[in-house]
Amino acid sequence: MSPHTFAPAPGGASLRRMVLAQSRMEARLMLRNGEQLLLAIVIPVIVLVGGVAAAGRIGIDLDGHRAVDILTPGVLALAVMSTAFTSVAISTGFERRYGVIKLLGASPLPRHGLLLGKVLALLNVVALQLVVLVVVGLLLGWEPTPAAPARTVLGVVLAVALGTAAFAALGLFVAGALRAEATLALANLVYLLLMAGGGVVLPASTYGAASTVIQWLPSGALGEAMRTALVDAGVDGRSLLVLAAWAALGTLLTARTFRWE
Amino acid sequence: MPTASPAVEIDGLVMAYGDKVAVDGLSLEVTRGSVTAVLGPNGAGKTTTLETCEGYRVPQRGTVRVLGLDPQRDRAALLPRIGVMLQAGGAWSGVRAVEMLEHMASLHAHPLDTRMLVERLGLGDCGRTPYRRLSGGQKQRLGLAIALVGRPELVFVDEPTAGMDPQARRTTWELLEEIRADGVTVVLTTHHMDEAEQLADRIHIIDRGRVITSGTPAELTRGGRSATIRLVVNRPFPEGAPESLRAELGPETEVRQLDEVSMLIHGPADSTTLGRVSRWCEEHGVLPQTLNLGQRTLEDVFLELTGRELAS
Repeated sequence: MSPHTFAPAPGGASLRRMVLAQSRMEARLMLRNGEQLLLAIVIPVIVLVGGVAAAGRIGIDLDGHRAVDILTPGVLALAVMSTAFTSVAISTGFERRYGVIKLLGASPLPRHGLLLGKVLALLNVVALQLVVLVVVGLLLGWEPTPAAPARTVLGVVLAVALGTAAFAALGLFVAGALRAEATLALANLVYLLLMAGGGVVLPASTYGAASTVIQWLPSGALGEAMRTALVDAGVDGRSLLVLAAWAALGTLLTARTFRWE
Repeated sequence: MPTASPAVEIDGLVMAYGDKVAVDGLSLEVTRGSVTAVLGPNGAGKTTTLETCEGYRVPQRGTVRVLGLDPQRDRAALLPRIGVMLQAGGAWSGVRAVEMLEHMASLHAHPLDTRMLVERLGLGDCGRTPYRRLSGGQKQRLGLAIALVGRPELVFVDEPTAGMDPQARRTTWELLEEIRADGVTVVLTTHHMDEAEQLADRIHIIDRGRVITSGTPAELTRGGRSATIRLVVNRPFPEGAPESLRAELGPETEVRQLDEVSMLIHGPADSTTLGRVSRWCEEHGVLPQTLNLGQRTLEDVFLELTGRELAS
């Protein structure tokens, strides 16, 4: 053993390095966790494939559009919601419970570094989900509107960014306020309810009288914004504003109530 | 660097949870480069005190300085310089042991070689095991590795060998001795007297949130002018025996009956005392089976000061 192996040489890594390390770690753990992967990839793929297969037989009125063209944007929105809300809530809830956040709280990684790492991990996982789902959609014959590619891209980027922000802020609020088990239950329940009745996979207009309410939900707003971009080559300003408002509300609630331990 | 200032300075710390006072006017100092043990029973306020030093808790009264810094105000400057081993937890349930250690290493500018730490702490066999499947002792060793990996000046280790087998315990003690030799200040909490006696340069015994005595292990066990005499007799003591014995021995003496045939006598360490005890026994019709002027242990010190057993 060489002498002075443990001689002090303290110091934190650069913020950039710490944030990257943290985001890689969190993304890796998210993708390694079977339940989270189910939520992130498997369920959206099943909804997409199953929805396209069933739509022909049930004959839901989709304003003359092909099912795959309506469902693919909705499933992309569902994927964003599953990771930004449910996965973030559950993983953060258990990080509090297991003392991970406590231990990191005594490391050189500052709180804002931890938050940045989380956001970066989340965006990486969302990007991966979108790639997989776009490929599945294309294999099923999905043809996004060719009308105005620039507006479509802008609409999608804004919808994904604001949708991620809104759902992540709400997910952190739940994780910071409740115990881990309660967070797990609530995050899954909300996900199922919004998937079924929140206007995310199917257009708000298919819900009849409930559609006006659904448009104001973060799920409905995200679904509508994605469909407007990918079906009509438009930027759905109203839905984007709704998402921004949810993001602001979620951030405010989280900042007021979040307990790191 | 001003090495003259103490590594840790706590002055009049008060911490309460609701109406339960956990730390009650605690003051202590830790010299740089030393191993300091904070010894006390469960619930004495050890962990709360440590967590205040680590910046987790805001002192309700009193001041805390660590490496000359305020753990709250100077948090960002302090944290890279200290290593923290929590009493439990701290890792994701699905993270592999070595992966966790490497992650913590990557948050530091000049981390230790993680392979060396893994080998020194015997974590090689469980390197790819998810945290949730590690044994209690393996979790402890990983926690210690995490505390050390950033090459801190000062480490806080909370019950470092809880749940370890004797072999792992010895390895851990050797490692802690080595890091002290390399210039790292160590503050550890424990309720094992042998751990404190073996490792510590200085021991602070705390009880009910206060430091009740401090000193080197030798100072604490030497006993000064007084000593503890342990008396065991062949038949139950008569009624009122402690009071009667104390009257015989004089007001400087404390007598405490442990059970119906044994007593602890704390008083001047001389043959006069032993002679009087012996005479008292004769007068009261009991025969001493053990009458020894004990080598004090930390257990005795604690018992004398609090009237309670330290052992958990």
